Amino acid sequence: MHGMAYRKAKNHLMNLVMLACTLAVLIPLGLIFFHILKMGVSSLSLDFFTQIPKPTGEAGGGMANGMLGSLIMIGGASLIGLPIGILGAIYLAEFGGSKVSTVIRFGADVLSGTPSIITGMVAYTLLVVPMKGFSGLAGSVALALIMIPIVLRTTEEQLKMVPGSLREASLALGVPFWRTSLKVTLRSAMSGVLTGILLAVARVSGETAPLLFTALGNQFWSRDISQPMAALPLQIFSFAIAPYEDWHKLAWAGALVLVTVMFVLSLTARFFGRSRHSG
Amino acid sequence: MSNKVHLEEVNIHFGKTHAVRDVSMSFPENSVTAIIGPSGCGKSTLLRSMNRMHDLVPSARVTGKILVDNGDIYGRGVDPVSIRRRVGMVFQKPNPFPAMSIYDNVVAGYKLNGRLPREEANEIVESCLKRVALWDEVKDRLKTNAMTLSGGQQQRLCIARTIAVKPEVILMDEPASALDPISTLKIEELIEELKTRYTIIIVTHNMQQAARVSDYTAFLYMGDLVECGETKKIFTTPEQKRTEDYITGRFG
Repeated sequence: MHGMAYRKAKNHLMNLVMLACTLAVLIPLGLIFFHILKMGVSSLSLDFFTQIPKPTGEAGGGMANGMLGSLIMIGGASLIGLPIGILGAIYLAEFGGSKVSTVIRFGADVLSGTPSIITGMVAYTLLVVPMKGFSGLAGSVALALIMIPIVLRTTEEQLKMVPGSLREASLALGVPFWRTSLKVTLRSAMSGVLTGILLAVARVSGETAPLLFTALGNQFWSRDISQPMAALPLQIFSFAIAPYEDWHKLAWAGALVLVTVMFVLSLTARFFGRSRHSG
Repeated sequence: MSNKVHLEEVNIHFGKTHAVRDVSMSFPENSVTAIIGPSGCGKSTLLRSMNRMHDLVPSARVTGKILVDNGDIYGRGVDPVSIRRRVGMVFQKPNPFPAMSIYDNVVAGYKLNGRLPREEANEIVESCLKRVALWDEVKDRLKTNAMTLSGGQQQRLCIARTIAVKPEVILMDEPASALDPISTLKIEELIEELKTRYTIIIVTHNMQQAARVSDYTAFLYMGDLVECGETKKIFTTPEQKRTEDYITGRFG
């Protein structure tokens, strides 16, 4: 038999190894965040949130049009993607169970694993080509295609966790099945569903590739979804590869804003997830 | 007394399992009928066939006739939703809606189906909670979450919710088996009180409970209806040897 001291030492060693692995994951995250903070915070100003980019050579300017465009396109993507994702999840969790649902589930998993640039190409073929131009709408559709599988699968998992006794309680009161699904099952799973929605929004708010040949980007204010539209990640991309020092600074500031938004969204999602478990 | 619910040659299958065999019996109006029998004998299965709860289980198949007021509830074109409005159900484990207040739970049957004028809702909540003897305990906190109630209170709330939609028959699936003796007593008193207005069918594996609350008793064993009749007779002079063995505790 090995002595207690040996086992304790082994335990200690393994704990250290696991701690090291955890740090290896967290350190890059910390480095990214602090580097972006350092580089971006000096360029953040009121102008950044209210002004559009200035012409080359002029100082100042901001990314307000990109932020507005991102908001519009994420809003559009949510309008398209959330109903499809949530209703699809209700079908899978409450009505499915056949071969059709297996196929849908598999399809959703493949879709969520598809590189987002491919999703952009799909939206390009579906909308940009027939409409003969880049548009915010095409950007929204591309983002919606990314949201749908995330929302579908998380919502389905949450619906399946609702105890059957609640459905029975509602049905036994003479409530039709579809009303039960919407008003009892979905409502009981709401905090988990919200978590999934927020994670999906966080995911698409940083997407650049699918917007490259759908929304294209815009140097000016763009509110018309049938026209090319600015987006924060697109502006970061084009400013970062431009040869001007002050554009780089704006790109850092944009990155800081984007990371902060995603951080807050993820934290909020965690909060919703937690409040569910504590009752 | 006329028969409210009548079963004729009812058979229930789950896939290849034959859970209930050729059960024919009647449930008289405004009375309490207890279905007793050992675990797995098909009591709950039989009970749940009477408001078409098996419709949700794809592998379940109910054959024979189940008549409520002489109408076959499995007849062609009969909407299970309309049946469930007439035949309410109380479950083994109290299952109030966890996201709703006490108040909203009572009127859930209305609210989930549409709107309900405030005045009317107030009346229903008060009268139903009074009838289940819960009003005095909760009248000052109607808006608090239903999950803050004790198990016994939750079960009485579930009964209030069931009678709020004005059913004619109430099915109870071991309604007190998850409760302490005092709460059980309250539920039993309530059943006694409710039978003046409703036809009650209660599944229980507690024979003392069956003897206390029911007017009629049916003994089910391995999916077969062994014997049914007046509770007094079943418990004192049963006709079947198997019934006697069960109620005297020789098996089960």
